[in-house]
Amino acid sequence: MAMTITQKILARAAGKEKVVPGELINAAIDVVMCHDVTTPPAISMLKAHGIDKVFDPEKIIVTPDHFQPAKDIKSAELHKRLDDWAKEKGIKYYYPVGRAGVCHALLPEQGHIRPGEVIVGGDSHTCTYGAFAAFSTGIGSTDLAAAIATGQLWFKVPASMKIVLKGSIPAGVYSKDVILAVIKETGVDGALYKAMEFVGPALKNMSAEARMTITNMAIEAGGKNGIIGFDKTTKKYLDEHLKGDAEYTVYESDADAEYESVVEIDCSRLEPIVALPHLPSNGKPISQCAGIKMEQAYIGSCTNGRIEDLRIAAGILKGRKVAIRTIVVPATPAIWKQAMDEGLFEIFYEAGCVISAPTCGACLGGFMGILAEGQKCVSTTNRNFVGRMGHPRSEVYLVSPATAAASAVEGKITDPRTYIV
Amino acid sequence: MAKAHVYKRDHINTDEIIPARYLNTDDVDELAKHCMEDLDAEFAGKCSHGDVIVAGDDFGCGSSREHAVWALQGAKVGAVIAQSFARIFYRNAINCGFYVIELEDAVNKIADGDEIEIDYAAGVIKNKTAGKDINFTPLPDFALEIIRDGGLLEHIKKNR
Repeated sequence: MAMTITQKILARAAGKEKVVPGELINAAIDVVMCHDVTTPPAISMLKAHGIDKVFDPEKIIVTPDHFQPAKDIKSAELHKRLDDWAKEKGIKYYYPVGRAGVCHALLPEQGHIRPGEVIVGGDSHTCTYGAFAAFSTGIGSTDLAAAIATGQLWFKVPASMKIVLKGSIPAGVYSKDVILAVIKETGVDGALYKAMEFVGPALKNMSAEARMTITNMAIEAGGKNGIIGFDKTTKKYLDEHLKGDAEYTVYESDADAEYESVVEIDCSRLEPIVALPHLPSNGKPISQCAGIKMEQAYIGSCTNGRIEDLRIAAGILKGRKVAIRTIVVPATPAIWKQAMDEGLFEIFYEAGCVISAPTCGACLGGFMGILAEGQKCVSTTNRNFVGRMGHPRSEVYLVSPATAAASAVEGKITDPRTYIV
Repeated sequence: MAKAHVYKRDHINTDEIIPARYLNTDDVDELAKHCMEDLDAEFAGKCSHGDVIVAGDDFGCGSSREHAVWALQGAKVGAVIAQSFARIFYRNAINCGFYVIELEDAVNKIADGDEIEIDYAAGVIKNKTAGKDINFTPLPDFALEIIRDGGLLEHIKKNR
């Protein structure tokens, strides 16, 4: 029977020859991602139920990221619970403050994501790891507790939606614009419960980092997972990042696999997109919304806080000054160091930006760039819901790092193509 | 008797149900004070024990934070009735022993302030104010059992 890549990975994890959409399976989990907001409650649940063991201290990856370094007493308490537990359980891959980074940038970078594996995490953007031909999905704290204790979870096998990214991406347009265009097409619940499988020629020249931006936002279309097949770009990234146990199995969709629906995007015709408040699906071509005045620009997050994103922003900010407060948040310590070594910090400093430690920070209204009433922020993050980055009457405009940088220079939504020669 | 609080909105998201600025705690009473705050700042004050939220499509979209369910439970919300639910929220709700009901066109079948009574196993909402019964497809038995036991972990413990 023909299967999609998602079905094949889930079948393997369930110890079955085949699985069909809608089937309930019990799957073995390869990696469990834990951070500072959803894991401490899971730890408390396990304690309250007298469950002492973790299924495998080498397969549970732990980092504080949302409020790291601790922003207040309450978050310090969360970090303490996470830290005490990680040490008590002998978690092998624990990244405490100093090595902590935004989880979805950190795990691939540190070599914890392998093709063909099943990864769950207590965070909705866990779908990011699908960029490496893995099945990866976000869960809540109770499921997280169950996964930590047993290394297994039940799933309903999702039907797949094929997203065909046709053509090639023009200069000044990035993978963030592509995924905003996809979500504009599907709506925020168009892929509800489904696997979003991204294929097509536009992916071919896209780096692994840029692909992560695409799968990262599958949840913003309601998707259960986002997934991109294995190719030489995937292999190159893995060769550079995987540690000792570099073995993995590559699965690919059968040519005659069934898809519930197909969405086609002609990337050649795209222009930069801005998702206006208050839904990620509210995308508008920049030609229709340039000029809206901003108070802040934010460049960072699990969507666009990787080195490539910082290079794109720096390319525009070089030799220019920002007109509004601009916050740059490298997603991991390694990205932070690389940006410094490459001279990007010099560019950001001269432009008048502030550079933060790695953190989820203001993306979710935590800290490090909260908005006051009525303020508008042009942001490379993934959500622009009411109150997302601060006051309930503040606004978030989702864009690529290039659009964020160009808008920072002019203090208003600006087409980055005028800055790219 | 439960009162219905109707929000004629789709995509009521986890940032509205419990804003991330309060995620520095998992204390249920603390979360409850801010339940639905960015959608309806008055909600925590006007919700009585067992009251029900009625909404449109995709309720609970966004973050995986189970804090959204805990905030609703802490605010003594009895159930959410929506045309559809976001996937992670729906699963979290059952895992926490919280009732979720999918009902086509819910916001037009129940009016704000209606007094209702729900038979979860039979799949019937008795709208006392309108004087009519509304049928819905009940949750499957295994999900109802998890909810009755008070959540997934309690359910596992009980059946171990």
